[in-house]
Amino acid sequence: MVKEVMTSNKAVAEAVRLAKPQVIPVYPITPQTTISEYLAQYVADEKIDAKYVKVESEHSAISAAVGASGAGVRVFTATSSQGLMLMHEILYAAAGMRTPFVLADANRAISAPLNIWNDQQDSIAQKDAGWLQIYVEDAQEALDTTLMAYKVSENPDILLPSMVCLDGFILTHTVEPVEIPDQESVDAFLPPYVPEHAYLDPKDPMSIGNFADPEYYMEARHDMDVAMNNALDVIQKTCDEFAEIFGRQYGLVEGYKTEDAEIIYVAMGSLCSSIRVIVDELRAKGEKVGLLKIRSYRPFPVDAINEVVKNCSKLAVVDKNFAIGMGGALFGDMKLKIDKEIYGFITGLGGRDITPEALNEIYEITKNGPENDVTWIGLKEE
Amino acid sequence: MIEIRFHGRGGQGSVTAAEILAKAAFKDGKSVQAFPFFGVERRGAPVMAFTRIDDEPIKMRYQVYNPDYVLVLDEGLLNVVDVFSGIKDNTEVIINTKTFEGSGDHEVHKIDATGIALDMLGRNIVNTIILGYFAKKTGVVSIDSLLEVIKETFPGKIGELNAEATKKAYDMG
Repeated sequence: MVKEVMTSNKAVAEAVRLAKPQVIPVYPITPQTTISEYLAQYVADEKIDAKYVKVESEHSAISAAVGASGAGVRVFTATSSQGLMLMHEILYAAAGMRTPFVLADANRAISAPLNIWNDQQDSIAQKDAGWLQIYVEDAQEALDTTLMAYKVSENPDILLPSMVCLDGFILTHTVEPVEIPDQESVDAFLPPYVPEHAYLDPKDPMSIGNFADPEYYMEARHDMDVAMNNALDVIQKTCDEFAEIFGRQYGLVEGYKTEDAEIIYVAMGSLCSSIRVIVDELRAKGEKVGLLKIRSYRPFPVDAINEVVKNCSKLAVVDKNFAIGMGGALFGDMKLKIDKEIYGFITGLGGRDITPEALNEIYEITKNGPENDVTWIGLKEE
Repeated sequence: MIEIRFHGRGGQGSVTAAEILAKAAFKDGKSVQAFPFFGVERRGAPVMAFTRIDDEPIKMRYQVYNPDYVLVLDEGLLNVVDVFSGIKDNTEVIINTKTFEGSGDHEVHKIDATGIALDMLGRNIVNTIILGYFAKKTGVVSIDSLLEVIKETFPGKIGELNAEATKKAYDMG
């Protein structure tokens, strides 16, 4: 085990090296590009014994990933923003064909207007594709989550692909200390992938992703819903097993100073770190405030959320995405599934910095009772 | 919490300087974070980079608005961007210059890093050199860790030369 100062993109690449995938089809796009560069280097240096497939688009990258995973090997790919949009069609196929590989998405805004900076609209737009989605807060969590994602996806009760979502630039291009696990421990935690469901075997040929008429289609889709629900338990158990070996405990969600909180911020990804700072500052002034960090957005952990928010009176949900006319996606899901007084805040789109002032404003508005159920924060007035 | 802002031009190594400083402070046992001003970088265009150093784990993810230190790698930027933007009364500003005559009310430290670079490296790359001067003037980072990281970042002869030039700037601080 060593500790080094690196970006979250490098942390993801290190996790991929340790996970030993056999096929890596990937197409570069800002701000994911350095992941594909590190992996190309690792393959060239024989640090990873994998086939690195150079493709002509993200649609091809994800198609190659599905094909390779269907052949029964461990697969990794990564993308961002427009690249993920181009993958859209095959994302659904990957989940429907139950190919359990891992994709890292460097969260970035969607065109138009063209914007390369961070928000979470790209992965949110794929929330219903049948993929698990985990949003990470820092570089260490990016590494650890990439390793855990394989174990969860490959579980025979799940067999759905995982998307590890890390904030573009804020994480992908920021260096900070990261503990890199040793190969032996990772091998013990994550043994080689042995496909048990659908895979290429000349001695026992089968067809996957094939034509399903009205007699069969609904059951196939329902099976995915069952698998997604199974993932709640499997993610938690995988986090516990990870903690036993590596000493870092994660979960479906995390409550920070929520026990006696009257108002709780709800957020995903790197924003949670900034909110922790503001929670500490507000607490120092006597405010009863906390943070609910959603790690697992898909599956959506209703019970775990209810456990954290049970004593509070109001929730301030901060979304770095929005559905036009409807507010943020996390806000919508919380309103649907959680029986609390819930307010939505949209901020940080297209890389707009989420400042301490913006976070304090969200708290003040929530405390005083918002005029609307959804409020935009940080808009320029004119 | 110490916040440092670097001003340079694309290709001058400002982002590398911010990361080298972070890695050196990490070797000193500190918590660190370094990042570029997020955007589209072009060779020659004004760029910024940031380093945060603290004894406690660093949580905040918003940008640096009120730096404790400002390092300017290219004095030509003084006519292009406001390197004094957001500074506090006690913010220390270090400028690579031979000619700069002060900013009116805010005192600045001046070092002819370009002179050292041309003399010792044979080219005008000052990102490590200005860090040497910074280390001596401020004590924020140890020179030993700084030189170690410079040699790790640039393996071989280039690293040795950079380390020597950085040490020279340190001795001038």
